[in-house]
Amino acid sequence: MSILVNKNTRVITQGMTGKSGSFHTEKCLEYGTQMVAGVGPGKGGKEHLGIPLFDTVAQAKEATDANASVIYVPPPFAADAIMEAVEADLDLVICITEGIPVLDMLKVNAFMKGKRTRLIGPNCPGVITPGEAKLGIMPAQIHKPGNVGVVSRSGTLTYEAVFQLTELGIGQSTCVGIGGDPLNGTNFIDCLELFEQDPETAAVIMIGEIGGSAEEEAAAWIKDNMSKPVVSFIAGATAPAGRTMGHAGAIVSGGKGTAEGKFEALEAAGVTVSRSPATLGEKIKGLL
Amino acid sequence: MNLHEYQSKELLAAYGLPVLAGYCAYTAGEVEAAADHLGGGVCVVKAQVHAGGRGKAGGVKVAKDSAEARHYGEQILGMRLVTPQTGADGKLVRKVYVEAGCNIEREFYLSLLVDRAAKRIAIVASTEGGMEIEEVAEKDPSKIITQLVDPSVGLQSFQTIQVGMSLGLSAAQAREFGEIVEGLYEVFMDCDLALLEINPLVLTKEGGFILLDAKCATDNNALFRHPELKEYQDYDEMDPRDLRAGKFGLSYVGLDGNIGCMVNGAGLAMGTMDIIKEYGGEPANFLDVGGGASRETVTEAFKILLSDSNVKAILVNIFGGIMKCDVIAAGIVDAAKSLSLSVPLVVRLQGTNVEEGRKILQESDLNIVPADTMSDAAEKVVQAANGS
Repeated sequence: MSILVNKNTRVITQGMTGKSGSFHTEKCLEYGTQMVAGVGPGKGGKEHLGIPLFDTVAQAKEATDANASVIYVPPPFAADAIMEAVEADLDLVICITEGIPVLDMLKVNAFMKGKRTRLIGPNCPGVITPGEAKLGIMPAQIHKPGNVGVVSRSGTLTYEAVFQLTELGIGQSTCVGIGGDPLNGTNFIDCLELFEQDPETAAVIMIGEIGGSAEEEAAAWIKDNMSKPVVSFIAGATAPAGRTMGHAGAIVSGGKGTAEGKFEALEAAGVTVSRSPATLGEKIKGLL
Repeated sequence: MNLHEYQSKELLAAYGLPVLAGYCAYTAGEVEAAADHLGGGVCVVKAQVHAGGRGKAGGVKVAKDSAEARHYGEQILGMRLVTPQTGADGKLVRKVYVEAGCNIEREFYLSLLVDRAAKRIAIVASTEGGMEIEEVAEKDPSKIITQLVDPSVGLQSFQTIQVGMSLGLSAAQAREFGEIVEGLYEVFMDCDLALLEINPLVLTKEGGFILLDAKCATDNNALFRHPELKEYQDYDEMDPRDLRAGKFGLSYVGLDGNIGCMVNGAGLAMGTMDIIKEYGGEPANFLDVGGGASRETVTEAFKILLSDSNVKAILVNIFGGIMKCDVIAAGIVDAAKSLSLSVPLVVRLQGTNVEEGRKILQESDLNIVPADTMSDAAEKVVQAANGS
C-alpha cells in the first residue's frame, strides 16, 4: 500500500493534451497506473490515448470517480489549475510545473487552508509506489518495490538514489518528489510522518538542498517522532552564497540555508548523514 | 533579477514613495552636471553595482559641491569595487547615481520578503539602519521586528503602525511610517518582487521620511507578466555565460574551478559539484541542461563550458528519465566533433536507453572516458583535470 498512491488511485491529468502531459500520461498508463481522465479547456467530449477528456476537473471527477490529479499546465495558469483541483475535493494533487510565481503559490496556500486535498509540488517529478502506481515523470525502469521510502527536493538526484538502492537489491516503498520551489504543498515532515506510520516502510532516504529551513525543521521532528532509520544527503555544499542554483528554492541567503547547517542539524537529530551523493544506497543497506 | 538603486528608486517614486532627487551619470562631466541640477550644494555620489557594502568599499561619497562631486565621480567611475558580496575581483563601476543630500536624524532598516517557513510576506524592521541586517540578527535578534501579512486580507494599517511604534516613533510619525510600508507592500505585490529592502529608511531632521537606499529583486518566475520590469535588466552586471545559457533554457552559474560540468537536474548538478570537490577537484560551474535537452542544447552547453578558459576537463553526468541517453550521446558526439573538443571528456550516463547511449559514445572514436557511478566519474575527471 505504501504512502499517497497505490494501484487503486484513480488519476486525472490536467494539461493532458499538451506535449508533456500527453507523453507522461502515456508512460504512466504503460506502468499500470489508473489514468482515468484528462482535463483541458475546450476538450470536453473528446478522447486521447483512450482516455476521456473533460473541460473541468469537477466534471472529470464526477464521471470517473477520480481521486487524484497530476498537473502539467504551464506556469501562468498552473496555480489556477491547482486551486481548481483542490476545489473539486480530490484527495491528492501533484503539480509537476516548474516556474510558478511565488505570489501565486502564496495564494494557493491560503486557498488550501482547511481543505482536505494534499498538494505535492510544484516543480516536482511526482510520486511513485513501485509496482503499483506512477504519477509523474520519473523513469519507471530504475524502481523496484521494497521497503525504503524516499523523499526529496530534487528530481534526478532522487533517481540517482533510487538507482543505487535497486542496484543493491533494495526496493522502494514510495518515492516522493516534494519539489525545488521555496513554497510547496507538502514538506519533509509530512512525508516522514506518513513513512513512520506506513508498515511497508522500514527506512527512509531524505534528499535536501541548500535554501530555506525545511531540513532543519525535519531534523527536529525526526528527533522526537521518528523510530525508523533515516539517511540524508544535502546537495549544494559547494554552491556559492546568494546564487540561485537552478531550483528557485535553492539559494543560501543571509547566511541561512547552508548545506553545512542542514548536515549539522540532521546529525544532531540522529540522522545518518551521507556527505556524498554516491553512498546513499550503501548507508541505507547498513541500517536495514 | 536585481535592480540597481537608481532603478529601484525610479520604481518606488512612481508609486509616490519618498525618494530624494537624483540622476544617473556615466562620466565625470555628467556627475558635475547632475550636481549642478541638484543645486550645486551637498550631494552624494553613489556607485551603481549589484552588490551591497558599497559605502565601506569607497563607492559612496558625500560631496560639498559640484566640483567635489566631479572629483568623486572621477574616482568612482571605472573603479573595481570590492565588497564582501562581490568576490575578490570586485565589480566594475560603469555608472553612478548623484543624489541630493539630506539631514539624517535617525536611520532604520525596513524590508519586505517572502518568509518561506511561514508562507507569508514578512515586514522586517529594525532601529539599526545602515548596518548589515544579518549582523544585527546575529548580535541582537531582539532588535529585529517582524510582522507577517495575512494573505487573505493583505497588509493592515494597524500592523504597520505597530511596527512604527516598536521602532520608537511617535504616533504621528508611526502613521506616516505606516503609509510608507503600505506603499512598499503595494509595489511588492504589483511587481511580484522577491525582496524589497530599504536600508536605511531615514527620518530627517525636518521630520519627514526618505528612502535613502533601495534594493529590489524580482521573482524571476513572474517576469513573464512584467515586461516593464524586464527593461531593468542590466546585462553588464551579469556573467555573459549565465546570459548565454539563459537564452538556450540552460541554468548556469560560473565558479572558480577547472572542471566543467554538464548535468540534468539542479539537485544532481549540485550533487555533481559536491562530489567533484570530494574527490579533490574544483568545479568550474553549475550547469543544468534540464529535462528536454536536444543536440542543439548540448552543443550550446559545451560551447559555454569551453568559453571558460580555466576548464581543463569536462564531466557530463546525465541521468536520463525524460531525456534519453542515446539522444544525449548523439548530442555529445556531434558537439565534441563540431567543436574539435580537445579537453578530456568524462561521460557518465544512466537511465532511459543507457546501453544505446554508451554504444554511441564507444563507436564515436572520440576520446571519451566512460564512467559508471558518480564516484567513478568524479575520480576520473579529477585525474584528467590534473593532467594524469
